[in-house]
Order: sequence, then C-alpha cells, then structure tokens
Amino acid sequence: MGTIAIPEPDMGILARRQEIIQNLRKLVPGEGVISDATELVPYETDAFTAYRRVPLAVVLPETTEQVSAVLKYCNKAGLPVIPRGAGTSLAGGAIPQEDAVVIGIAKMSRVLDVDYSNRSARVQAGITNLNVSDHVGPDGFFYAPDPSSQLACTIAGNIGMNSGGAHCLKYGVTTNNLLGVKMVMLDGTVLDVGGEHLDAPGYDLLGLVCGSEGQIGIITEAVVRILPKPEGAQPVLFGFETAESAGACVASIIAAGLVPVAMEFMDKLAIEICEAFAKAGYPMDVEALLIIEVEGSDAEMREQLGKIIEIAKQHGVKTIKESQSAMEAAAIWKGRKSAFGATGRVADYICMDGTIPTGQLPHVLARMTEIIDHYGLRVANVFHAGDGNLHPLILYDVNDPAERQKAEDAGNDILTLCVEVGGCLTGEHGVGIEKRDLMRVQFTEEDLRQQMLVRAVFDPAWQLNPAKVFPLDGRNSGQAA
Amino acid sequence: MNDLTPNNEAELVSAVQQALSDATPLLVQGNGSRSGLGRTVQSAKTLSTSNLSGITLLEPAEMVFSAKAGTPVSVVKAALAEHGQAMTFEPMDHRQLYGTDSEPTIGAVAAGNISGPRRILAGAARDSLIGVRLVNGKGELIKNGGRVMKNVTGLDLVKLMSGSWGTLGVLSEVTFKVLPKPVHSATLQFSNLADDKAVAALCTAMKSQFEASGTAHLPAGIGGEKAKTLIRLEGFDSQLRYRLDQMTKHLSEFGKAEEIAEAESEILWNSIRDCGPLAEPSGHAIWKISVAPTKGAAFMARFTSKHAAKHYFDWSGGLIWLAIDPEQYADVGDAALRELLAEFGGHATLMRGPLELRSRIDVFHPQSAPVMRITAEIKNTFDPKNIFNPGFMYSGI
Repeated sequence: MGTIAIPEPDMGILARRQEIIQNLRKLVPGEGVISDATELVPYETDAFTAYRRVPLAVVLPETTEQVSAVLKYCNKAGLPVIPRGAGTSLAGGAIPQEDAVVIGIAKMSRVLDVDYSNRSARVQAGITNLNVSDHVGPDGFFYAPDPSSQLACTIAGNIGMNSGGAHCLKYGVTTNNLLGVKMVMLDGTVLDVGGEHLDAPGYDLLGLVCGSEGQIGIITEAVVRILPKPEGAQPVLFGFETAESAGACVASIIAAGLVPVAMEFMDKLAIEICEAFAKAGYPMDVEALLIIEVEGSDAEMREQLGKIIEIAKQHGVKTIKESQSAMEAAAIWKGRKSAFGATGRVADYICMDGTIPTGQLPHVLARMTEIIDHYGLRVANVFHAGDGNLHPLILYDVNDPAERQKAEDAGNDILTLCVEVGGCLTGEHGVGIEKRDLMRVQFTEEDLRQQMLVRAVFDPAWQLNPAKVFPLDGRNSGQAA
Repeated sequence: MNDLTPNNEAELVSAVQQALSDATPLLVQGNGSRSGLGRTVQSAKTLSTSNLSGITLLEPAEMVFSAKAGTPVSVVKAALAEHGQAMTFEPMDHRQLYGTDSEPTIGAVAAGNISGPRRILAGAARDSLIGVRLVNGKGELIKNGGRVMKNVTGLDLVKLMSGSWGTLGVLSEVTFKVLPKPVHSATLQFSNLADDKAVAALCTAMKSQFEASGTAHLPAGIGGEKAKTLIRLEGFDSQLRYRLDQMTKHLSEFGKAEEIAEAESEILWNSIRDCGPLAEPSGHAIWKISVAPTKGAAFMARFTSKHAAKHYFDWSGGLIWLAIDPEQYADVGDAALRELLAEFGGHATLMRGPLELRSRIDVFHPQSAPVMRITAEIKNTFDPKNIFNPGFMYSGI
C-alpha cells in the first residue's frame, strides 16, 4: 500500500446501505443504480490505479433533474458524493471511498445544439472529448483541448480538472474554451452559468468551476467553443543528441516570435517505448525528440517551418523528418498520445504533471535524473515543452511495496523541485489525492484557507469529493469565515 | 478624504489591517482612470495601488510577465513591444469615455477583466491572467496561480479576482501570459450593410480559418456617414496578403471589400476598442451589452423599435455599445434592456451614467437568487467586514 490516506468509512452510513440504495432507486429507476458487489468493482479506482476503494453505490442518472434529486438526497442523508466522468483521472480525482455514492454522468452524452456561426456547441457533459470534435468535424470544426485520454474522457471531467493537451500553446486549456455550464449544487439547485455569450456579468463562477475537481457541484451540460479547423497542419520530428539542446531549441523558437501550435518533447526511453507501440517512424539514434506542429496554409506552414528548421540547426539538430502524408502525421501523434498506455505495457508507472518555467528546463532535467538515480528507478520523459508542463513517467513494479514507495517519494521530490524553480504541482491532471499532501509545498496556510473558504460556500460539510485536493488535516479552518 | 498609497506589499497589508480595525470602508483603485464606473461606494478613504509600480518579471522566451498592480499599462506595453510581444486581449483604455487623464494600471486591467476587440479571437483578460497576489479583507496576503501557463493546482481564484473590481481583495501583483505581436495588420471594410447583414458577415468571417482578430460594425452615422463593416486580419507579409485575399473571397456575398492599410486600421480599432464612436456627447449614458454574437442584430432591432439610441457592434455582433440620452429616458433603457436580455440571454453593464442614476439602477447585471447568494457568500469569505469597495457591484458587494 502507498501512503496516501483515504478516510475510514463512516460505519453509520455503511449500516444504512440497503435503505440508501432503496432510496436512490426511487430517484433513478432501473439499471441507473448499481449496488451489486461485482458490478461496483469497475468504479473502485480511476487511472491512478494504485489506490482502490469500492463505493457504497453508483448512480448513473440520465437527466439533470435526476442528478439534482440524487444530490439533494445525498445532502440530506449526509453521504459523501464522488462525481465521475469516465474515470480517466491520473491523479485519483475519481477514486471513491467505501461510504460514498458515485454519481457518474457518462449516460448523459448527447450533443444538444451546434451553432457554427457562433462557434459554439451545447453538449451534455458526459460526452467524450473526442466525440465533440468528431461531431463537428465533418463541418470543418473541432474542439481544441485534446488530452491524451480524449477517446474516453468526458467534457465534465475535463471541466473538473481544467484539462489541457498537446495544443494548449495556441489554443489554451479547458477554461479558455468554455462558455457556459449547467451545474447542480449539493442542495439540488440547478445553476446556469454563462451561455452562448461572452464574459460573466458578476464574479467569474465559470472560471471557479473549471478545475474545481468535483468539489463545488456536478456539471451536466456545457457550452464549449468550437473552432474552424486550420487549412492544414504538419507535425515535424526533430532529433537531438542531448536533452539540453532540445530544450534550448524550444526556448529559441519562442524567443524568435514563433508559436507553433504544439511542441512536444520525448526522451530516449519514451521514444523507444512509443515507437515499439505505434511504429511512428521516430528516430531511434537520438537522445531527445521534439514533435513540432505548424498549421495554416501551405505557404504559411512552409514559412514557419523554414524559420524553425533554421533555429533547430543552430542547436545542432541531428535528424529532421517532415511528415509526408496525413497517415504519417497521424502516426506521429498516435505515438505521442499513446505514451502513457504504451508505457503501461512495459511497466507500472506513476505519471507526474508538474509545470516549470521553460527557462528552467535544462536544470530540471539534470536534477530529475539525479533524483531518479538516487532512488534507483527509471524514468521516461514526455512533456509539453512549449508550456513547461512535464510528464515524467516513473517506472516501478506495483507488486514490490518498497519500490512503489520509492516511486512515490521520487515523484514527490520532482514535484517539490518544480515548485522550487517557480512552477507548480500540476499543469493539467489535477491534484486529486495524488498531490493533496504536497499542497503545502506550493501554498501557505492563508492561501489554502482562502481556497477552502470559497469551496465551503458550495459544500460546507465536505461531502463533495471530500478526500481530494486539500490536505486532510487543517480542514477545520475551511469551515467558518 | 486622505488617500492611502502603500509603497510595497507589507505597507499594503498594514493599510488593510488598519482599515479593518478602524472599520474604514475603502475605495480601492489604481490611478482612477476608470472612476466613472460602478455603483456609488460609501467609502471613507481611497486605497490606491499607484505606488506599487514596476515590472517584476519579463521573460520573453517564456511569454510571460509579472508587474506590480499600479504599473501603468503603457509601461507594460512598451516593455513587451521591445521584445515583439503584446497582451493578446487588447485592453480597453477608458479615459476617453470618462474624460479622465490618469494612467490606466495593469492591476485594474486584471481586476476589471478589461479586454478589447481581439477578445473575440484570443480570449478575455482573464484568459491571459495566470497569477495574482492580493491582500484580502482580513489583511492576509494570498497568492493564486503563478507564472506558468498550465497550472491547475487548487481552486482557481485568479479567475474569481478578474472581474471582481476590487471587491474581494486588493491586487498587489499580477502575471499575464503574452504572445508575439502580429507583424502586420490590415482591415477589410464592407460598406452600407444593414445590421443583420453586417453581423452575418462578421460571423461568417469568424467561421473561416483566416483568424479575424477584430470583427466590428459601425452603423450609418456612427463614426462616419455610411455603415462600415470591419474585419481585421493579421500576419507576416505574405500571410497577411493571403488572408486578405482569401477573406475577401470568403465574404464575396456581402459585396466588395475595401482594404484599410495598417496605420489607418490601427487608429480605427483603437477607437472601436475605447468606445470612441459613442464617447460624445459626454452626457449620454453608455451600456456595454454581451449577447451571443448571432443574436446581436436581432437584439438591437427589438430595442431600437421602441427606443431612440445609438449603437455599434464589436466581437462579431456579441458586444453592443449603446448610448442613450438620460434626458429622453429617465432609466436610460434599464428596464427594457433587462427584460430583453432575459429573453435573449446575456448581460448588460451601465458603463457610464450620472452618479445619481448609478445609485438608483443596477450597474452590473442583476443575477438569479442562487447566484446572488453565492456572490454574497464568496464576498464574505474574502472581505467579511465589507471594507473593499462596499456596494460597488451590487448592494452590499
């Protein structure tokens, strides 16, 4: 077992299990309430699989009204509630506890309205990220945030974690692509925040909801920004003999006023793992690889690429490989986006998500190597180089408790390093339980108390996703103003 | 009334703690260039961030800067321009609207979520704001966000601060992400289009791949005799030429486009940004209305069928600047606008109006009962004694 605490269940709630399930069935009929021990197992964890707790029950509502009724009931009954999208959180954001009711919104997955002239789409929040893009794709549009799990992850989960992806450098993260939400509060109140128009009339509640990790309400609908697809897009591979020269190349590209739509970094181990899985044609004789994507008309791409190649040469680039076809381009991205899955075939891993000022890249890469060596582990590095969002994958054996502890310790050291150099604990995966106990590395007690007080406006008794984000001790300070 | 002008964060904390123990309500501001906005604040002292000035971090290779809240926007712009960079959201300058002459500050840009025409393409000020330091109404120094553009650690109080107009805390330092400044820009102008056709043209432009960075419509008699529908494009030389040509073809159904070259185009968009076309006469009330862009023309048609008013559109039709004569309508159209917005969706802010009027009608758009309750409770967590800008946004808030 790892060392992250999950609260012991309330025996009083467990004793009322049958009654609770009966009451939930009155609110959501038929197969919408899962209580069978075997059927509950898939909900015991998310993509942070080292921690598991089978929940008391799972409810899968099909309407906002049902979500409202269930939350209202759970509120009155004093039950912990765990909101769940597709369960792809890498930070344990959707891991339940034994006395909790999981409310999953995956059945609410329809597109409700698309208005191309307004570049907006209204969707039920259980729709997957990729399905939004697929729905508007034939008409030449797309939804910009593209987390690697986009095939499975839901818009509700994206909003909860303020998810990013590989193309944030140009298009921003979820909060920059969200126009409105329908949110159900713990007491069952349904709020419409934002809409097809721009900007908030009062306090920016939409901004507050985004990234709140299921702690202030459950999102059932969203209005998202959709964008016209660029005329063309081309990813190009740049291989370097050292990680440092690749990092320096990224900094020079930005300093030259060029903003490619994506700049992704992979180190040698990551290249090997991804190439074996995706056959993307990555160069195998380099220490570091950059995938740089440019977009626009042919002439625009040529001009941008020309300048980028010039800069890469100044940094001693060893290999340059332009994708020659849509298939090759797709393979390049497939390799990168399957980095986590492909690594999972090789070993167990924990995925870090710290962000650093990009100028600190060479220093942080060197220090990370020292940290990993110190614990005698291996790491595969993939990250969004343009925005400094690192994803070191620390490899370990889940069946070896000592090694697992080492992996967690090494991860904590790396994240502490990220904060020390001016960055943060998590760039796009969220705090969840994984980074909860590190929050004091980044924040003072006053910082945390202010956040907890705002949280308490929506959930004063800590019922919504309660074991997440904020350290378990010191929460009383979040109760009263 | 004596002003408090702390020289550093420690003095700011002391000033707030003193005000807290004396129960002194404070008017929180930068240099006061936007002092014509908001409800009437019953304050005993002004707390100005004007002496908290200076850029504290400028990293062109990371596309980020931090500045103390009282730093003039002009200083920030000049520093970024030296590195060929700019704030993408083109913050509005309110001096023309309010007849003020003090330097707008970067802290107010953050606190007011102040954007301009580029907002339709590049997002609002709040989308570029990535870090804040502030002193809350308990005299505690709080930080949130940081200097990296991807950061989801903890609750996003950065967004909450942006658009709270100093009612939650006094910003001491802000951090924005920036982008390379477009090398060149130019504008396509279509003439004599009616509002509905014009907004359709603007939305068609936004739907294209050519990244229109400004989409506005000035009806006949607003900033010129004939109606002008304006689409700004940007890029390096060949890219801009290509985009102008492609956009002209893309919009051929709306008539022939004239090209307005860079220098003239910049003057035009600065005026659109700053509400220049409606700034005079200065006695007229000014509304800023946000609706779905596609509904902009229909909304205005309904309003002007019963009210005499002047208006123009920005943000592809989604931002309506509206001028009304208070002599003609005692409530400057308040009741009618709110009623229409209930039907159309969106919100309206009274950006300019006589002080008497601003204590009588809602300046910021009225919200539903649950949202008002949340708003009041959030205010209470930051500023439980209500010492910051009391009543600036809503009664008691």
